[in-house]
Amino acid sequence: MKRDRGRALGRDMWRDAGLVAGKDLRIEWRSRATLGQIVPFAGLVLVLFGFALDANRPTLRLATSGLFWVTALFVTVVAVQRSSATETSDSARRMLLLAGIDPGAIFVGKAAAVAVQLLVVELVMLVGVVVLYGADIESIPLVAATCLVATAGLAATGSLLGALVAGVRARETILPILLLPVAAPVLIGATRSFDDALGSVAVNGWAWLGLLGGFAVLNAVVGVGTYATLLEEA
Amino acid sequence: MTLLKVRPRVEPGVELELRVGRSPVSTYRHRVAVIRLRGVIVLLERFPALAGVDLHVDAGEIILVRGPNGAGKSTLLGCCAGLRRPHSGTATVLGCDITSDRTPGRAELRRRVGLLGHDTALYDDLTVTENLELGARAARVPRREAPGALDRLALPSRLRTVPVGRLSAGQRRRTALAAIALRRPELWLLDEPHGGLDRPSRRIVDELIVEAATSGATVVVASHESGHVAGLATRTVTMTAGMVTDDAA
Amino acid sequence: MNEPAPSVADQSLDSGTSDTTGSRTTFWLGLVVLVGVVGVATLGLFGVPADDVQADAVRIMFVHVPAAICTYVAFGLTAVGSLMWLWRRSVWWDITAHAAAEIGVLLCGLTLATGMLWGRPTWGTYWEWGDVRLVTTLVLFLIMVGYLSVRSLGGDEAATSTRAGVVGLVGALNLPIVNQSVNWWADRTLHQQSSLTDGKIEDLTLFTVLLSIGVTGLAGLWLIIHRFRIGWLERELRAADLHDALENQRLEAHRFRGPA
Repeated sequence: MKRDRGRALGRDMWRDAGLVAGKDLRIEWRSRATLGQIVPFAGLVLVLFGFALDANRPTLRLATSGLFWVTALFVTVVAVQRSSATETSDSARRMLLLAGIDPGAIFVGKAAAVAVQLLVVELVMLVGVVVLYGADIESIPLVAATCLVATAGLAATGSLLGALVAGVRARETILPILLLPVAAPVLIGATRSFDDALGSVAVNGWAWLGLLGGFAVLNAVVGVGTYATLLEEA
Repeated sequence: MTLLKVRPRVEPGVELELRVGRSPVSTYRHRVAVIRLRGVIVLLERFPALAGVDLHVDAGEIILVRGPNGAGKSTLLGCCAGLRRPHSGTATVLGCDITSDRTPGRAELRRRVGLLGHDTALYDDLTVTENLELGARAARVPRREAPGALDRLALPSRLRTVPVGRLSAGQRRRTALAAIALRRPELWLLDEPHGGLDRPSRRIVDELIVEAATSGATVVVASHESGHVAGLATRTVTMTAGMVTDDAA
Repeated sequence: MNEPAPSVADQSLDSGTSDTTGSRTTFWLGLVVLVGVVGVATLGLFGVPADDVQADAVRIMFVHVPAAICTYVAFGLTAVGSLMWLWRRSVWWDITAHAAAEIGVLLCGLTLATGMLWGRPTWGTYWEWGDVRLVTTLVLFLIMVGYLSVRSLGGDEAATSTRAGVVGLVGALNLPIVNQSVNWWADRTLHQQSSLTDGKIEDLTLFTVLLSIGVTGLAGLWLIIHRFRIGWLERELRAADLHDALENQRLEAHRFRGPA
């Protein structure tokens, strides 16, 4: 009986998470912010890196994976800012809280929505680095796997820290201060993995996926565990 | 699973709550204290917005809380909704201790409370209908009842596909009220429900309040203009400087 | 009418309440630290002979190694304190976490600075990206600077503690992953394998390093105790302010109620 209830609770959690994710994606789709602002932003950063490295093709190709994931980190900051602003404007998250939804489900839902946006942006960025930096993708499965696992980690960490700064006046500046150092393993791991997939450095990219996965799982667990306290108090 | 459970409350012999499954049996509801606050202090940042509130509300009552701006009315409602945890004092709402964040059933409590605050708690980029359906699905209420709730608040159908961000303040408030009515909460906490509404809308809100109370729910209305709601209220409570200074039946 | 119960009063301080951050214990502790510092400085600068390879630069180790060890101990304390606040709502641990974080950032800065000063003559470079411990410590430094900036946000006390607690927890749990990622990434380390344990080190040098670790530990403790008491007094001050504010509110309410 207890197990039944536990299973029902789990089912409820996924259902609620889906509800929250669907809501966030619908809002994003409606405001066209991902396509209209975040994608151009990512493209702009890629172009700026091109200027900064003086249109030197060999350098750009060598640095492609690193530049890609630095851009992805910036995009995460922007996407998380928006995701958290959705909830704070007009105290809208009160609707979910007062509906009695488990905060853990809100966390999973919001992180999933951020992850979907990031994946869309990363797809466009991939086209960008192929066209602008002349990168060639040698292993599509490795690129896809890296994007999925690294994005999960970024979305989980970002959503947790986004909720943490949600009620704070200086949230625009404080989110990157908190997120970027913690996300260092993603930058390192995903860059190495991409180095392999793009053939720029001879390393074993697949070996890095375990580390990226560990990062994602760890931060998702911390998020589910502490989100309730953050929503209650902040 | 026990179908029928009789559980003595805090003061034995005074109140008995008769439950079938999870929900109290309605015939006994009117004897159940819905809100019981003693010496409740709530801090906003570091300011004691509630400075020791004593309040007792029974099921089915319509309470008007009046008082000047900054008297702590909104904080009181937020506290009763379980959104602001008291710094000290004892507080029970719908049988749930809200002074600790560890109390099981806090989420359950929130589902039974409807709060209309200064903010309407709606998503700007979703349409009126989408907002209502989201709230309904989250609270496990059939969402096909959404149009009915909007009808009740006389929200014209041409507005229902409009993002909430484009509504006027009054329309927005009515949408928020519809979202609450849809969930049929046991405790309604309304902060200036008539604010920004025209005369016909005000009448609708009045009807809604009376309807809720007759169906067994409890309503607490905070308003600084007392004249309008006073006629409906079964009791008026005056707040000053974060305390209840007058509590007259 | 119930008296307001300031939450600080719930959990008592061992030394009781006083309006200074010092006590007899900290006085003697401070004195020991002072003597120890003089001792370490004398031995480190004049007693220990210059190293065959590193020459006089080896003397930086007498600051660098203890500071690095104490940095990690302090941040361990912050992590435990964060957990205890989130889990048990322990005000004592919350203040301890904050105090340890401030001292930890100080020591961490010292570790990084002395490391760079030592690296220049020894490795020929101030900064070496390939070194695992250096890079991990830098990331730790950045995370803890973030922790302190969350602490300084102001606003609701409990909310600030909770936010900082989550940052402390997230930082502490992610640090092993950071370390592992840098480890694989750099795949080469300049850092010396601890020369303390492999017995290559001379007796007097070893003694000086150990003494310095002890002295730095005590100095850190001394600082943390004082910082803890500042945090405690700040809380008491706020509790007193709250008491006054409540009195004002009550007076005003009473005036309104009139002679009943």
